[in-house]
Amino acid sequence: MLAYIVRRVINAIITLLVVTAVTFGIFFAIPKATGSDPALLYIGKQSDPAAIEGIRQKMGFDDPIYVQYGKFLKGIVAGRDYANGPDVTHCPAPCLGYSFATEQEVTPLLLEDIPVTLSLALGAAVLWLIMGISFGVISALRRGSFVDRAAMTTALAGVSLPVYFTGLLSSAIFVYWLGWLPQGQYVPFLENPADWFVNLILPWITLAFLFAATYARLTRANMLETLGEDYVRTARAKGLTERVVIGKHALRSGLTPIVTVFGLDLGALLGGAVLTETVFNLRGLGYQALTAIRQNDLPIILGVTLIAAFFIVFANLIVDLVYGWIDPRVRLA
Amino acid sequence: MSIGATNARPFLEIKDLNVRFETDDGIVQAVTGSTFSLEKGKTLGIVGESGSGKSVTSLAVLGLHRTRSNAKVSGEIWLDDEELVSATDEQVRKLRGGKMAMIFQDPLSAMHPYFTVGSQIVEAYRVHNPGVNKKVARERAIDMLARVGIPQPERRFNDYAHQFSGGMRQRAMIAMALVNDPALLIADEPTTALDVTVQAQILDLIRDLQEEFGSAVIMITHDLGVVAELADDVLVMYGGKVIEKGPAVDVFQQPQHPYTWGLLGSMPRLDREVRDRLNPVKGSPPSLINLPNGCAFHPRCPYAGRNGDRSFTEVPELRGDIHKVACHLPAEERTKIFQQEVLPNL
Repeated sequence: MLAYIVRRVINAIITLLVVTAVTFGIFFAIPKATGSDPALLYIGKQSDPAAIEGIRQKMGFDDPIYVQYGKFLKGIVAGRDYANGPDVTHCPAPCLGYSFATEQEVTPLLLEDIPVTLSLALGAAVLWLIMGISFGVISALRRGSFVDRAAMTTALAGVSLPVYFTGLLSSAIFVYWLGWLPQGQYVPFLENPADWFVNLILPWITLAFLFAATYARLTRANMLETLGEDYVRTARAKGLTERVVIGKHALRSGLTPIVTVFGLDLGALLGGAVLTETVFNLRGLGYQALTAIRQNDLPIILGVTLIAAFFIVFANLIVDLVYGWIDPRVRLA
Repeated sequence: MSIGATNARPFLEIKDLNVRFETDDGIVQAVTGSTFSLEKGKTLGIVGESGSGKSVTSLAVLGLHRTRSNAKVSGEIWLDDEELVSATDEQVRKLRGGKMAMIFQDPLSAMHPYFTVGSQIVEAYRVHNPGVNKKVARERAIDMLARVGIPQPERRFNDYAHQFSGGMRQRAMIAMALVNDPALLIADEPTTALDVTVQAQILDLIRDLQEEFGSAVIMITHDLGVVAELADDVLVMYGGKVIEKGPAVDVFQQPQHPYTWGLLGSMPRLDREVRDRLNPVKGSPPSLINLPNGCAFHPRCPYAGRNGDRSFTEVPELRGDIHKVACHLPAEERTKIFQQEVLPNL
């Protein structure tokens, strides 16, 4: 088991290294190839050549790309100093550089966004797990019934309708028309839990609807497959009540594949739910990323990409470890 | 009729059992008019090809069709003076795994991959003995594992099914089925998934345990060797119907139905020259959705039509005293064909 964990962790670290190298390569090599100057992006077009040269020196844009990458990695691990002669700026670890647009440090900017994205993703995850799994199980048990058909039709709508449709529609109904919910604005949990909750209801439901649909279909398919397994027949042949047969024997294997999908989905969402955050004006990582892309703010794009990659790799790692625990056949392999 | 007539009903009696499944393609008539009985301590062998209705019969006895909404069962199943077809789901559930238990064909897929073998046996025990605490149930399970010949049962208790070898897995499955001392044990092809040397051990084990527990055993198989070894009575099924039944000795020495001849002819024998070909039953099993008219076996029967058109139009009845057969051929003619044409080639 320990060897399994160590192997997985090493794997995760290598993956992250590759991701940083590729993203860094793309974001810092492309301006070079297209002839645009990153130093200009910091200063603006009408600056004098000396100032541009100063920025270039300080940020190290003239260094070869592998040197820049090495410094970037060092910045993440140990922090780094940007120096142009006596003008030294210290950026503490984990340093992701400075925003082109605002010249603020990237790391604190992103750290501010994480709670927003975390609140959105975790709340929605709880909702879609409850809804998706329960409807999936009910549909599988009442296959072909009205409930099954209704749930699966709704699920089809759920996967087909984009967030900017369901999100805007539900805002129009519940906020502007019925006036039941406030106009969305993120309130930190520690500031006012009730406001935090009320403001997140619509984003949660909108995001959860999309995922619940997929989970309901997945759960239904898995459960139907499991219910046909020989060991479920054995469980019945032992005289177990139908509640134990379904709730213990069938669910145990029917839900195992869900763990994988859930880990990856949640990991991906933690890197920013771009559409949902934008529709509901939540200043999370996704919103930040979108703004940065519009403004060509490479350091922020790079930072968000890294955080997203980190969450996905981390989620993968957790899934692998949890899998080794829930499936005894994996543990030994 | 004697005064003790209350005990006249056999331990297991099945009367005119019909099982059908409504599917999108039509109605599958899986079992038609099956009638037989079995006493405690005796073994009944049910033989037939895939789709002959042998497994469906046993699933109906256990009431396992009940969770399938498309299954329709009629007739009577009497177990120890209790009628099961008309019983409630809960009544049948309480008997399952308790008074009647089942061993399945492939123990790897029949055991849950995520629970230890021991915990699955404990679960089977505790559901029928709710007052028993975990420790006692655990001891009982380990004791059962030891009795079916699993070495180091305390250690194997915590293993998963995939960590067992095929033979050990089937032994564990048997331990699980016998944990509540069932009076009726149904074994559905218990040795099919095992290699030959292990097959004999498992059959010996079932026989020994039957003697020990005095259970009635139904052995479902397509392997006539298994039946010859274990069964007191034999039931031959074809197309969902019982076409021949009787004491095992009679059925093997004086088989009456051409299909039974075919089954015997398709058995490999070590004492036969290798260059001799086996004589399989020609053709393939009938569709249970659309059974042939008349005798269901007539499209594959080499003797169909010898007796006029009856084979094509009329379903033969199961006739006879102890050894019964459903065939239109007159008894004398069957005996003659068997002696002259079939026996020399077996």
